[in-house]
Amino acid sequence: MSDAGNRPRGPVRAIFGRPFRRIREINSRYAGHHVKMTPVVKAALFLLRVYLLLLVGVLFLKFFLVLSGK
Amino acid sequence: MLAAASTRAKNGIGFISRLYYGLRRSWKWFAIFLTVTGPGVIVMVADNDAGGITTYAATGAKYGYGLLWFLVILGPVAYVIQEMTVRLGAVTKRGHAEAIFDAFGPFWGWFSLGDLILTDWLTLITEFIGMTAALAIFHVPPLLTVIVVTIIMLLMVLQGRYWTWEKIAFFFCVLNLVYIPGAILVHPSVSDIVRTGVVPNFPGGFTNDMFFFLMANIGTTIAPWMIFFQQSSVVDKSLKERDIPWGRLDTAIGALATVAVAVFIIITTGSVLKGSDVQDAAQASVALMAVHRWIGTFLAIGLFDAGFLGAICISLASSWAFGEVFGWAHSLNNKIREAPWFYGSYLLLVGSAGAVVLIPGAPLVLITLFVQVIATTLLPAAMVFLIILLNDEERMGQYRNSRLQNVLSVFVVAVIVILSTMYAVTALFPGLLK
Repeated sequence: MSDAGNRPRGPVRAIFGRPFRRIREINSRYAGHHVKMTPVVKAALFLLRVYLLLLVGVLFLKFFLVLSGK
Repeated sequence: MLAAASTRAKNGIGFISRLYYGLRRSWKWFAIFLTVTGPGVIVMVADNDAGGITTYAATGAKYGYGLLWFLVILGPVAYVIQEMTVRLGAVTKRGHAEAIFDAFGPFWGWFSLGDLILTDWLTLITEFIGMTAALAIFHVPPLLTVIVVTIIMLLMVLQGRYWTWEKIAFFFCVLNLVYIPGAILVHPSVSDIVRTGVVPNFPGGFTNDMFFFLMANIGTTIAPWMIFFQQSSVVDKSLKERDIPWGRLDTAIGALATVAVAVFIIITTGSVLKGSDVQDAAQASVALMAVHRWIGTFLAIGLFDAGFLGAICISLASSWAFGEVFGWAHSLNNKIREAPWFYGSYLLLVGSAGAVVLIPGAPLVLITLFVQVIATTLLPAAMVFLIILLNDEERMGQYRNSRLQNVLSVFVVAVIVILSTMYAVTALFPGLLK
């Protein structure tokens, strides 16, 4: 019989295991949308993603320019 | 004759009785208002935080009274956004972070929570910068300011009652009105204020600088943490659907107060420092002290108070959001042993933000710039979610947005998103509009 389940966990796993488990619990508790996904809501969320991607792109551009000294 | 005297006596008694019951009814309404009021006034006054005071002082110094009309318009704009948080909190009994997780799932939930915490932490640093700069004018060392402020902030939340916290916050809200005597002391010309400040105009034309100042004023009036703070505050205060009209009044009074403070700061710096280049409110205070000791002193006290109010609200907005999502006890009515994670996260945020200000050579200017950009990534998301949630008939029922409210809020959100994005981009690339 394997005693893998009772094996003492490493210190890294002990520190990070609990928060990650908690995050997985939260993800499963709130899995999926609970708001009615009308076409307007879908379009708003899509535009929001595009907007954020563009903004992150601008931030990366600035970061690159600062690093390259321009 | 006797009959006439008797009628007069009856009328007199009737009048006294009506007056008595009228006053009693008014007092009862006033008592209810005092009980319910709080989140709206506090969030709106705290909105004039250290960064806001600097923006208003610089606006007055640059354009005099010329942009007063614009600040007056921003009051109703802030009201439209914040009123929705009152309804959402009172009906769903959930904070904004938890509402986003529940309605839109983990992706948007983690994005909003992460962005909120980062924005709040960076903004908290700017509040500490404002507070230390204000007290440095009175020769208080930054280390002492940070330690004392952190202790006071901790004591405020650890006393174990939301009600007490709110009343202490109210005291600091009232102290924020210190700008009014300051503005009166400069003896501004009322006719000049009416002539140049009431009618919409752009002094010197619609230049790049003007555009930047308009966007900066919008950025300081509408901030993402305000949405999270007021909704969580409404929940912690246990406001019910029947309290919504009082919550609206509370928010409207707060909007009036925030506009009044902004207007009086602009009047002060617009009267005395017009034409000068103000970089921060502490510098404006020193310049005003040279003109009149008390005017500069009032501005410095107000700057400290603004930073403190901003700090207590921003740190709470983050701890409430953490508690909602992670399922920790997260009420100010909890004792420390009942909600250790809630108070622990609060201490971590406040302590670490204060410590950053004390690091020699810390990139404080870069942090201030970064706040504007990061806040812009969260603001549209928080506002779009707010409107979608307010249209959820299943949850909101009769309190969902009406067609007029939707038209108004969508218009306001669209304008804010466009202008704040341009503000963030011009903050990153200052030469872009030139």
